[in-house]
Order: sequence, then structure tokens, then C-alpha cells
Amino acid sequence: MSDDTGHEESFWRKYIFSIDHKIIGIQYGITGLAFLLIGFSLIALMRWQLAYPEEPLPWIVFAAIPALIGIAVILMGGKKRPYLSMSGLIFIGLGALIWYFVSGEERMPGAIMLPEFYNQLGAMHGTIMVFLGVVPLAVGGFGNYVLPLQIGAPDMAFPRINMASYWSYVSGGVIMLVSFFVPGGAANSGWTSYPPLADIATTGQTLWLFGMVFLITSSLLGAVNFITTVIQLRAKGLTWMRLPFFVWSQFISAFLLLLAFPPLEVAGIFQLMDRLAGTSFFLPSGLVVSGQIIAVSGGGSPLLWQHLFWFLAHPEVYVLVLPAMGIVAEVIANNTRKPLWGYRSMVYSAIFLGIMSFIVWAHHMFLTGMGTTIAAFFQTTTMIISIPSVVILTALFISLWGGSIRFNTPMLFALGFLPMFGIGGLTGLPLGLAPSDVHLHDTYYVIGHFHYVVAPGTIFALFAGIYYWFPKITGKRMNEKLGKIHFYGSFIFMNGVFMPMFIQGLAGVSRRLWDGGAEFLHAQPFLYLNEVMSVSAWLLGLAQIPFIINLVRSIRSGEKVSSNPWGATTLEWAAAPSPPIAHGNFKTLPEVHQAAYEYSVPVEGDGTSDFIPQNQPDKEHVDK
Amino acid sequence: MITLLRYFGLPPNYSVQGAEIDQMIVWVHWLMLILFVGWGTFFIYTLFRYRRSKNPKADYIGVKRHYTKYAEIGVVCFEALLLIGFAFPAWANRVREVPPEEGAVVVRVVAEQFVWNIHYPGADGMFGEADINRIDPQTNPLGLDRSNAGVDDIVTINQLHLPVNRPIVIHLTSKDVIHSFSLPVMRVKQDAIPGMSIPVLFEATETGEWEIACAQLCGLGHYRMRGFLTIETGLAFEDWLAEQAAELEEEGGEWWE
Repeated sequence: MSDDTGHEESFWRKYIFSIDHKIIGIQYGITGLAFLLIGFSLIALMRWQLAYPEEPLPWIVFAAIPALIGIAVILMGGKKRPYLSMSGLIFIGLGALIWYFVSGEERMPGAIMLPEFYNQLGAMHGTIMVFLGVVPLAVGGFGNYVLPLQIGAPDMAFPRINMASYWSYVSGGVIMLVSFFVPGGAANSGWTSYPPLADIATTGQTLWLFGMVFLITSSLLGAVNFITTVIQLRAKGLTWMRLPFFVWSQFISAFLLLLAFPPLEVAGIFQLMDRLAGTSFFLPSGLVVSGQIIAVSGGGSPLLWQHLFWFLAHPEVYVLVLPAMGIVAEVIANNTRKPLWGYRSMVYSAIFLGIMSFIVWAHHMFLTGMGTTIAAFFQTTTMIISIPSVVILTALFISLWGGSIRFNTPMLFALGFLPMFGIGGLTGLPLGLAPSDVHLHDTYYVIGHFHYVVAPGTIFALFAGIYYWFPKITGKRMNEKLGKIHFYGSFIFMNGVFMPMFIQGLAGVSRRLWDGGAEFLHAQPFLYLNEVMSVSAWLLGLAQIPFIINLVRSIRSGEKVSSNPWGATTLEWAAAPSPPIAHGNFKTLPEVHQAAYEYSVPVEGDGTSDFIPQNQPDKEHVDK
Repeated sequence: MITLLRYFGLPPNYSVQGAEIDQMIVWVHWLMLILFVGWGTFFIYTLFRYRRSKNPKADYIGVKRHYTKYAEIGVVCFEALLLIGFAFPAWANRVREVPPEEGAVVVRVVAEQFVWNIHYPGADGMFGEADINRIDPQTNPLGLDRSNAGVDDIVTINQLHLPVNRPIVIHLTSKDVIHSFSLPVMRVKQDAIPGMSIPVLFEATETGEWEIACAQLCGLGHYRMRGFLTIETGLAFEDWLAEQAAELEEEGGEWWE
């Protein structure tokens, strides 16, 4: 931890190059949200082309909406909080980006999207959402802010590495955004970047690889830090089985990042070499592109990339999902006013999930010519990994039974997570069994499946976390009415976007088609769904406006609340003031005497409080 | 269930192998439906019954019995059944090592941005040798050696004709990037990977005309990489081959001598 608690810090040290885990957590959170917004905007543009192929985009509307929101944010921010006003610039910048997209002849001549540009948007939507939006928000944001507080630590184990991790992430993000401005535009070979296509793609792909190297480095730095912090800096008495489930989920995610990312870093460097130094790691001999023989030595294998990529990208799915489950578990225990049901089996399942996630990757590759033995192995591991997910989800459902359920905004989002993640998980089954995957592979069924896991699944959990921990960060509560409008709007339109995808998928409509399948006869009966999905997607975007207003207004003038407004047992609420003190978090480091969720404990007490904070000593213990 | 899935977009199946795949899809969707309805009912009932206004004091223990254990064991058994009973044998049938080439129609399909090159061995039943140095985008997209076995080979672009009720073996490969050869009504899908030749086995049960779609992002023309599949009677197929051979005879001499 840092030693500079005594003197006044400069602005730069305090807010920009901070080594305080709370500031870094907020930085991660805001940057992650900004990238979620950008990633969403890319798909909002693509959905126009899918619903109305080759019709000019009403770009004035698309650019004006974020610009207007930006102006509103600047006006709402007020003079006292310049950083609030400044965040309005993100929206105005987004409006300018959309204008830039439309103005380029090589992207959208006459505001009609070219296939080349559609592919850029598709690749960047995936990349931004996964690597720049959800993971940084879930792990970098919530992990950094909440985890040290929950384990009673004064900071992360390595504050400077923490700062390096954030700035490495920002560098990666900037490189990704800059790639839109190079000749040929951004990467356009899908977020999976399969060679040979990616090897022969335009310059944007090179920048994509550089960007990924920075992002991976950032994750690795973060992962070592989380692991060390959890092992070394737990408060006295905070044994493993007393850890809040959120801490467990972050701890396991950190191991996944640490062990799964290096192979992709290597693969990324291989692909860079293929593109820049003329190697052939992923290029077989005898490639002929548009009638021209490609002059490379050859002898490489396109499948090698897929193995290295999915060796990361499957555990990555659990890096997205585990912290989400952790947040949901916290919110559910708190708002049912009872302990989590089956806490131990949840922890063991999460550990098992983490280990298993390393040996399921090739279920993304059943159609690459896989033989019976390997297919049998990966189908079996895939079915096995579904069991711990079922156990955790079931435990969360059962935890509701017997509770005294408060339906506040964080709880609504946490409850919304359960059935949505359920749909996402269940629709993974036919994709994990090779024979049924034959029909569904690379169709919209897959898109529907993983979006249910990540969008109404993980992102709902992240919203739950924002509403739940907002009072911790600011000492104020977000507005409940706006929160509920945000929830119901998001819930309806999320399903409007992703449910029809299963129908198109069953019909065999391929993914990543520029015209949404209009070229194909077998897609004709289901093309009307493109319009349904697109309209839902745009409405989903508008449904986020109450959230943005709520966030800005609550920072400025939200209802002030006590240090523990939800009546929570865990240390971040029970032992630290809201907001916690700048360096060191706690006035005195807490000691833990209780399990994580001692709500509604049946004791003959005075009945004033229905929970026992983790740092409250046992009565009998004190008497002795 | 199959009626329900049909209603939700699943096209009819016209191949022998597709029956197994459909059966698998049906069973998995049963499992999904049971779990979802089970969870959903419990969920909604619980939210209603244990809302704060009705139940102000939570119960520390909650569910005491171990119904969930039985439910989870049930899921395990069902998944084991799916794996051993359906998935393993169905996959083995799909990729079994030795293609039954005797009595089968053997075709090569070579994908490229953004067309499907279809290559029939011709009357001698032998594929001519292909060499990338002979490739000419206009006249010889496969780089076929027309001097020996290749003399009577028939090459079409995007036109795949095949006979009904006969085993079919397609040797699938690609010239440039990864594509994926998709015939939704046949329940056939297979990645076409440069540097590899992957056999695809199936047997059509109906005559008709359908599409070949590309399922893997292969570049800016991915959306229009569309071929045509014609399944016809054995006689009509022979006639079509003869027609192609005659055409080849007519124009052939011009470009490979």
C-alpha cells in the first residue's frame, strides 16, 4: 500500500494517475461504461442495414441522439463537478464518430453501408463489448472498487501495478478506436479474427492485434494483483468459507485470466508476425486469393489459431459470467434478508467451473473436421461443465424461498439476471452437443445464445451492481423510479432483440450476413424479424436514457443515505464509511467474526436489526 | 416438439443423416423446456409468495429438503443419456473413417471468395490433378491438369447436382480463407479449410432445388456466397452429367491445348 497518506496530493496523482484502488475502480467503471455505449452504437448502426438493407441511414437521427444527450449531461453536470460535465463530451464525441462514419465514401457512400464497413463494425462491436466493455467493468471496475473493501484490506496488494493495468487497458482501447481512422478502416475479420482471412486483411487488423496485446497485458497485471490481494490481505478472521461469494467469483476469474490469456497473447504475436514479418504460422501452403498465388512459405495451420483463440475465449466467457453471478449473489442475499442457500456448494461449483472451463474450448470447433474421439471428449466436458452452472443457478433460485423479498432496483436487475442467464445457459446445450450443433453452428441461434448470457445476463448483473454499490461510492442513493423505468424498459427490449434470433437460427440463417439473409431464399420467411430486432435494439438504447439521467442527477443531488443503507452484513458496508476514506479505506482495520450472510438469524435478540455484520463479535465469545 | 420447432423456423429435413440430428435437437429442447418451465414456475411463485409485504420476516434456513439434489441428478442422467444414447453414435455416423465410396457419388467442392467450385470426376471416375500454378481465374479456377485423368472432369460454378437416394461423398476444401458449406435442409454443415480436405457424407431423400449457404465469415462478399443444390432422380442426374460432358467436348479444345 502507498505511504503518501499524510500530504495533499496533486490533481494528477489523485484523479488521473491514482494508485488508490477506489479511484482506479471508478476509472475502470466509467471507461467500461463508455465503451459499452460505443459498442452498442456500432450495433445500432448495423441493425439499420440488417432491417433495411441498402437504404440510406437516417444518420442525422443516429448522430443527434448521443449529441443531445451529451449537451444535456453538460447542462446537468453543474459547475461544481467539472468531471460530470466533461463526461458529456463522450456522447458528443460519439455523435461526431457517427458523422465521421457516414461521411466516408469508402464506408457509407450516400449513407448506405458497404459490406466492408459492415464487417468492420461487426468485428469491433464484439471486441469492444467483450474486451473493452464488460470485462473491464465487471473485473476492473467492481473488482477493484469492491473487493478490497469486502475483504477488509486497505488497498490492493500492488497499487502501482493496478495503475499500470488501467493505463494499459486505456492504451489498448485507444488503439482499437484509432484503427477506424487508418486506410481500409478497422479490423473486419470478426472478433474471432480467424486466419487466413485475418492474415490477409487490411491494416486495421494489425492495430487490432497491437490493441489486444495491451488489453491482455492489462488483464494479466490485474489478475496477479487480485490473486495476491485475496490470498494476502484478507482481514483477520476472514476465513475462506466466510468470504462473500463476490470475492470468490473475482478470485476464480483472476485465475482464469492469468492462465488463459497468455496463449492468446502468443497467438496474437504469431498473427502479427504472419502479417508483418512474412511468417506462416497460420497459413497453409498453396493459398490462392482472387486468382493470385499468395507468396508465403506456407506449412502453417489455420486451426492452430482457433485452438489458441478459444483456449482463451472460452474461459473468458466465465470471466464475464462469474463476477456477474457474484454481484447477483450479493444483491439477492441482501434483499431476501436471508443467507444464500447452499453457499458451500456454490463455492465448490464455481471452482469446478473455473477448472473445467479450460478443457471445453474445442466445442467451438466441432465443424472443423473433428473425429469421433475428440468430439466425444469435448461434448462430455461441455455437458459436465453445465452441471456446476445449473447448481449455482439453482442455489440462487432456491435462495429466494423463505425470504422477505425487497423489490428495489438492484434486486430487480439481479432477479432479471436469473431467467435471462437461464435461457442463455440452456440454449448452450444444443450447441454443445456436436450433432445438433451441425444445424445450429454459425447461425443466429449462436448469437442469441451468447447474447442471452452476456447482455441480459451479465450486463443486467452489472446494472444491479451499479445501483447496489452507488451509495457506497457516493454516499447517495440513485433514484428508484428512474431505476425501475430503466429496468422494465431494458427487460422488454432485450428480449425483443434476442428472442427472435433463435427462430432465425433454427431456420438456418447464417450469422454475419451484411443484408441479414435477404440474399437467401430459406431466410425469406423470417426476414421480418430483422425489423423487430432492430426496432427493439434502438428502443433498448433509448431505455438507457433514464439510467444516464439518474446517474448524473444522483451524483449531483441524490438522496443522502447512511453508511449502510441496505442493511448489509459484508465489510464494505458494515465496517467502512460511505464513501470510504481516501487511502486506507477503514478507520481501523476490521476483524471478522461471522459468515458472510448472517441475515435474519433466529436469536432471542432485541429485534431492532435483522442482520449481524461480519465484523460484529459473537455475544458468547465476548462473555467468555 | 418437432412440430413446435418447425413452427419456430426449423426447416424440413430431406436427408437420411438429418433424422438423427433432428432427433437430437428435439430431445435437447425437451430438456431445455422442462428445466425452464420448472425454474420459471418456482421463480414466479416464490417472488409472489415471499414478497416483503406478505412475508416481513425472512426464514434463516429456507428450503430444508433436498429436492434440488434429485433435480440436479435428473439433469445429469438426462445429459448422460443424450451423450451416450444420441450424440456419440450420431457423430460417429457422420464422420466414420472410411467413406462408403463404392456405389457412392463422389464430388469435390472447392470454396473460394465468394463462389463454390464443384468438381465431378467425369466418366472415368478419377479426379484430375490440380496445381495452383495452373490456375486461371477465367478458364481454369481449380488449376486442373486436363491431360490425364482430368480430361473428362466436369467443373461447375455454384451448381451442385446430386442424385436422390444414393450415398454422397463430398471432399471439401478451400482455396483462400475458411468458408463453411451449409445445406440447411440436408442438415449438412462443414467448414471448408484451406490446406485440408474434409469428407462430408449424406444421402438425400427428396428431389428438389435448394441453396448452398456460406456459414463462416469469409470477407466482404460473405453475404452473397450462394450456391444452388439440385437433387434429382438418378436418371435426370446422369442426363445432366452427359449434358455437361457434351458441353465440355464442344468448348474444351479451345482452352487447354
